[in-house]
Amino acid sequence: MSTSQLKSVIQADGASPGYDPGLSDAELLHMYRTLLLTRAFDDMCIKLQRSGRIGFSVPNRGIEATSVGTASAFRKDDWFFPSYRDFGVGLYHGVDPTDMMHNMFGNKLDTSKGRQMPVHFSFVDPIHLVSISSPIGTHIVQAVGAAYAFKQRGEDKVCMASFGDGGTSSLGFHSALNFAGVWKAPVVFTCQNNGYAISCPNEMQTASESYAIKGLAYGVPSVRVDGNDIFAVREATVAAVARARAGDGPTLIECVTFRMGGHSTSDDPSKYVPKELFEHWAKRDPIDIFEKALFKSKKLTKKKKAELQKECEEQVIAGVRLATDAPAPGLEEIFTDVYAELPDHLRRQGEMAFDLAKRKGSADAGDGAFPL
Amino acid sequence: MANITLLKAVNEGLRGAMQNDPSVLCFGEDVGPKGGVFLATENLTSEFGEGRCFDTPLSEDGIIGTAIGMAMNGLRPVAEIQFQDFIFPAFDQIVSEAAKMRYRSGGQYTVPMVIRTPYGGGIRGGLYHSQSGEAYFCHTPGLKVVIPSTPYDAKGLLIAAIQDPDPVLFMEPKALYRSVKGEVPDENYTVDLSTLRSVKEGDDVTVFCYGAMVPVVEKAAALAQEKGISTNIVDLRTLLPLDEEGVLEHAKRTGRVVIVHEAPRFCGYGSEVSALIAENVIEYMEAPIKRVTGFDTPFPNTLEHHYLPDERRVLDAIEQTAAY
Ligand SMILES: Cc1ncc(C[n+]2csc(CCOP(=O)(O)OP(=O)(O)O)c2C)c(N)n1
Repeated sequence: MSTSQLKSVIQADGASPGYDPGLSDAELLHMYRTLLLTRAFDDMCIKLQRSGRIGFSVPNRGIEATSVGTASAFRKDDWFFPSYRDFGVGLYHGVDPTDMMHNMFGNKLDTSKGRQMPVHFSFVDPIHLVSISSPIGTHIVQAVGAAYAFKQRGEDKVCMASFGDGGTSSLGFHSALNFAGVWKAPVVFTCQNNGYAISCPNEMQTASESYAIKGLAYGVPSVRVDGNDIFAVREATVAAVARARAGDGPTLIECVTFRMGGHSTSDDPSKYVPKELFEHWAKRDPIDIFEKALFKSKKLTKKKKAELQKECEEQVIAGVRLATDAPAPGLEEIFTDVYAELPDHLRRQGEMAFDLAKRKGSADAGDGAFPL
Repeated sequence: MANITLLKAVNEGLRGAMQNDPSVLCFGEDVGPKGGVFLATENLTSEFGEGRCFDTPLSEDGIIGTAIGMAMNGLRPVAEIQFQDFIFPAFDQIVSEAAKMRYRSGGQYTVPMVIRTPYGGGIRGGLYHSQSGEAYFCHTPGLKVVIPSTPYDAKGLLIAAIQDPDPVLFMEPKALYRSVKGEVPDENYTVDLSTLRSVKEGDDVTVFCYGAMVPVVEKAAALAQEKGISTNIVDLRTLLPLDEEGVLEHAKRTGRVVIVHEAPRFCGYGSEVSALIAENVIEYMEAPIKRVTGFDTPFPNTLEHHYLPDERRVLDAIEQTAAY
């Protein structure tokens, strides 16, 4: 393990000599399919935003192997605290893209009842994907607490927390590594180093030689891998999860990848990302790399590829249809879930809102564009 | 004079202050070459160099902590918090340190700095890109809290805040960044940090408001006028210290008061204004003081237009107060 050397597994010709992912053919294809589904979902969200049907999305292009490779190392009964740029985590473990689409539309069927911005998913089924927060870094340290709970009850479950390079500057990151190190908490930290935090490149973020090296100071074993090589991500994460399950504590994995788009649909990266960087990383597309490996080992055919691609696109389109048809949440949803029981003052405020809507008509929804 | 947006006025205010005083500098996340996510600091890095307008690592605690150190040591930092919703990692530095430094050092150390931050709803930003947290900060002795609602005030109040010897939280109504325009002098000028602004004179009901609620109240007042109610609109704009005498004058003038803010109601800024009026001029009041506010819930996404006070809600309050 190294915190400075980049570990890759899949070679330029698609071969990965000496590496056994420990997956059946069906599981390998599921991994591949999840990459395709992640991209189809991502592309669709960008299209929906561009055509004004949803307000916002966060491009995932380029980081799919980091996302799916990481997810693949965990069990369904582990807990996930993903970054907002991590669509592949839920999709790998069977979250229905339609349920994610409900969140993108903020409709009545969204598990968050339309309260959160798009890409802020929350699920308890089929996995615990803990409600994503906008404030950077807050979830990393919560994952340590949840991991401590597993340990305290003697369960062999593990927590996963992922975050961007910018996230390593947050208070949450430093408290998380410190506490996890001291408690030997069963948690795996995945830093998606995708080159930029909005417009700020790595050298604005840290003077360290890598993000992985930050773990060492906290006594947390750390490693740096090629985040566009799904086997490299999986290899490191499988080892980290095994350590955590065995009671040996946390690991920090830096996945070096690249954000092949804007920070969000409201951001124009051409203003600050040099064109050459996009060109360089376009040649290292994570799906292309895995495809090459699958073709090389004869696990995938062109026909199967086309079939899966079509299937994923149709699945996403079906989700869009259902999410479009679902109504907006009812006015009462503003007031529920603030507390377990609705307090009197909120009940009165709710009644006032309904009364006003009756007397003066409903509020105007406006155009709903998120301007950045 | 130029007719510019509130956002441009902030940019002009920063540029003017930086030209005027080499110790003024701007920094925060994406503040440098990108010019901020809203472009409030656009072109300042190219004009003044990377030593005067620059990016920081993603840490609000780091941004404000270093700003305090700079301010104590002769610089005039203008730190940006990208969204007011993300100020809380810096709460300790602001509340425990910046606000108390002068007091606890007997005036030996002072923190003349400005924290600029966009606040408020109306952009479909959900729980964490929409909040109005002014009440947390107005409850903090030692801080000044300012919220402009016009381009003229944005520039004048910002320059005044930068020149002020104490820490100022400068909250910018992001919903108004590009939606309001106004005449702004090219040269530097200041607007006093403890004066309210009379937006429109009227005789029947006084509405106190600030920030992004000002245009909403103006619309409601126009509708009220059609029904024969004359509204007196006051933009409080410098929430701390508040122009208390001005508030009492305007309250007495109509004897009927409505207070509007988008922040939640409970312990919101309106409670303070209401208490001030009740304590001092209750004998002039001809109707109960009414508040129109955001609900006491987190800020919702899809239903934000129901959460935010709109002209419908404000008009209803004006009508009820006038009819009482
Ligand atoms: C505490 C906090 N400060 C600022 C922001 C605004 N913001 C949203 S994303 C972002 C950059 C995050 O970069 P990184 O952690 O590298 O993740 P990436 O977006 O690259 O995946 C910033 C500054 C925020 N959400 N939370």
